[in-house]
Amino acid sequence: MAKPKIAIFDFACCEGCQLQIVNLEEEILDLLGGADVVEWREAMSEKSDEYDIAIIEGSITRLEDEERIKMIRSCAKVLIALGACATIGGINKLKNNFDLDEVKKCVYGKAAGKAHLRTGLTKSVGEVVQVDYAVPGCPIDRKEFTYIVRSLLMGKKPEIPEYPVCVECKAAGNPCLWQYDQVCLGPIIRAGCGARCPSNGFRCFGCRGYVDSPNVDAAKDVITRYGLNIDDLKTKMVLFGSKQEPTIYE
Amino acid sequence: MSKGTVNINVHHVTRIEGHGNIVLNARNGKIEKLEWQVPEAPRFFEAMVRGRSYEDIQTIVSRICGICSISHSLVATKAVENAIGVEVSEQTDKVRLLMHFSEQFQSHVLHVGYLVAPDLFGAPSVVPLVAKAPDAVKTIIGLHRLANEWSELIAGRITHPVTLRPGGMTKVPTEKELRELQDRIKKCMPNLKVVADVVFSVAGNLPNFERPTEYISLKQDKPPTYTFYHGEIGSTDCEDTVPVNAWKSVANEYVVDQSTAKWAKWHRDSYAVGALARFNNNAEMLSSGAKAIAKKFGLKKGCCNPYMNSIAQLAETVHVAEAAIQLIDQLLTKGVKPETVRVSPRAGKASGAVEAPRGILFHEYEFDRKGNCVGADCCIPTNQNHANIQKDFEKLVPEILNESEDSIRLKLEMLVRAYDPCVSCSTHMLDVQFVE
Repeated sequence: MAKPKIAIFDFACCEGCQLQIVNLEEEILDLLGGADVVEWREAMSEKSDEYDIAIIEGSITRLEDEERIKMIRSCAKVLIALGACATIGGINKLKNNFDLDEVKKCVYGKAAGKAHLRTGLTKSVGEVVQVDYAVPGCPIDRKEFTYIVRSLLMGKKPEIPEYPVCVECKAAGNPCLWQYDQVCLGPIIRAGCGARCPSNGFRCFGCRGYVDSPNVDAAKDVITRYGLNIDDLKTKMVLFGSKQEPTIYE
Repeated sequence: MSKGTVNINVHHVTRIEGHGNIVLNARNGKIEKLEWQVPEAPRFFEAMVRGRSYEDIQTIVSRICGICSISHSLVATKAVENAIGVEVSEQTDKVRLLMHFSEQFQSHVLHVGYLVAPDLFGAPSVVPLVAKAPDAVKTIIGLHRLANEWSELIAGRITHPVTLRPGGMTKVPTEKELRELQDRIKKCMPNLKVVADVVFSVAGNLPNFERPTEYISLKQDKPPTYTFYHGEIGSTDCEDTVPVNAWKSVANEYVVDQSTAKWAKWHRDSYAVGALARFNNNAEMLSSGAKAIAKKFGLKKGCCNPYMNSIAQLAETVHVAEAAIQLIDQLLTKGVKPETVRVSPRAGKASGAVEAPRGILFHEYEFDRKGNCVGADCCIPTNQNHANIQKDFEKLVPEILNESEDSIRLKLEMLVRAYDPCVSCSTHMLDVQFVE
């Protein structure tokens, strides 16, 4: 059987998720030994239009980018969304909370009307084309990426955790950050990161997106128990979860 | 095709961070169009931080760039602390500097080893180099891993740090961890020499091109330091330094049609930032090992060959390793203690500056009395280099127009790569009008 061809493409993002692939060091050669990497602009000069697996980093913000992702989708048998920008729109979606013309004026001043500065609403890749597999996180977790790619190369369906960060945080033996007045999103965010932020004393800010059925009531209970404000929770949820379910009502 | 007639259209230069194009049309030795274009999708970070708490700023702006996320987080934290009037302990300052060193080390090894070296070896990427120079590639990978584990220890993870907060750190490394890190850095010094030797063996392939320009970087006199983190703005075109809060009088940013990123100029049409700029301003303060590297490659203060930026990065890699060994000694001598941070927000507006691996980086924020952000403005190193890249193109192309199209294309691509551009960074944060 011929080796599957992999191509890696980037849209609006910081390219930090691609960097995590580079950060696999020798393991890249081992992992990708089972495949041919035919295009990866950040690391290689080779280019190709023929690939089986397309890995997409970044969110979609312009019409020309929508056309480009549709073209890539039509070439690829399997499409993987890489990282928060691609899977949930990520930090780029914060922009959608404002009026777009105002956003442009804010950044580019009087030049905002120039054609090359046009921008649309930020979309995740899945809002434009069908996504087969998602690697969540900002940035992605290298181990999880390796697991997902390896599973696919072996013809298996990868499974990612369906439980919240609190589970992994408890297992890591961390004190609950709510006890330290931090508005932590651990109760509603998808695990799989090993609760890395809370383990470093930093609240979960939700970069992996919500679990499929987040326990919003439990999150409300926690806020009430610590005498904090529901607006605090909503503000923190907006960081990576702008314009996404679940919405928390009073 | 007659000599001096070329049509080059490199749509998205490879092996750089972000999207940039090179366009050159020349007929019979006459240049009709020559442009360094930046079509990267703009991301509007300065608008996105509006209304956010001072506590969330560094978490948001870290996402401007995956490669220099530590620099963005650090400069944002510094600017926020300046704006809301918070001072940090000496320990916090030193631990943050150690975190910053890890990023310089990581980014320089990545750039020289993975992105520039293939050009010098005539390879399209680092992958074929595995067969050509397996030991060298293995050594580079080992150094890259060390840098990443160093970031992970201090910043909580490699990319997008999670240990920084206004006023201090959420976690500091233990003394045992610091000793182990120091030991590993000491042991890597011979490997840095191996990499320098490998680059030296192909350094003849660095194009011989010069164009005098202005070089801008941080400068620190007290104590005299090859600085990445403290000090004021210095330039090779003037003696006096400028306070960080006055960075707008240095950058003078403007919008051009060929780019979604803004351009900058000060005393001349353009200026350069990055390793070569730091070297040209501060070379005498380099560590002894770094000076030896510069000497080996004939890199001298006043060098105006942009391709030598990669060599300056090599020297800096040795410098940060030697400086980190000393810094860890200082931390261990005083003893490392966990700190409790209490910050109360207040209204204010201030700037911060650090040297990102690819050059000086400015952030400015304004907060209301509740600590919510009402204005932001950031100026990215690659923005500051875009005009200089264009001016380099304009001097270089007439000098090489008689060469083959392939050779011209390669030299232009190598020139862009030499600046180690972070193009997505440069389109992310531009000018902002403060909400009054």
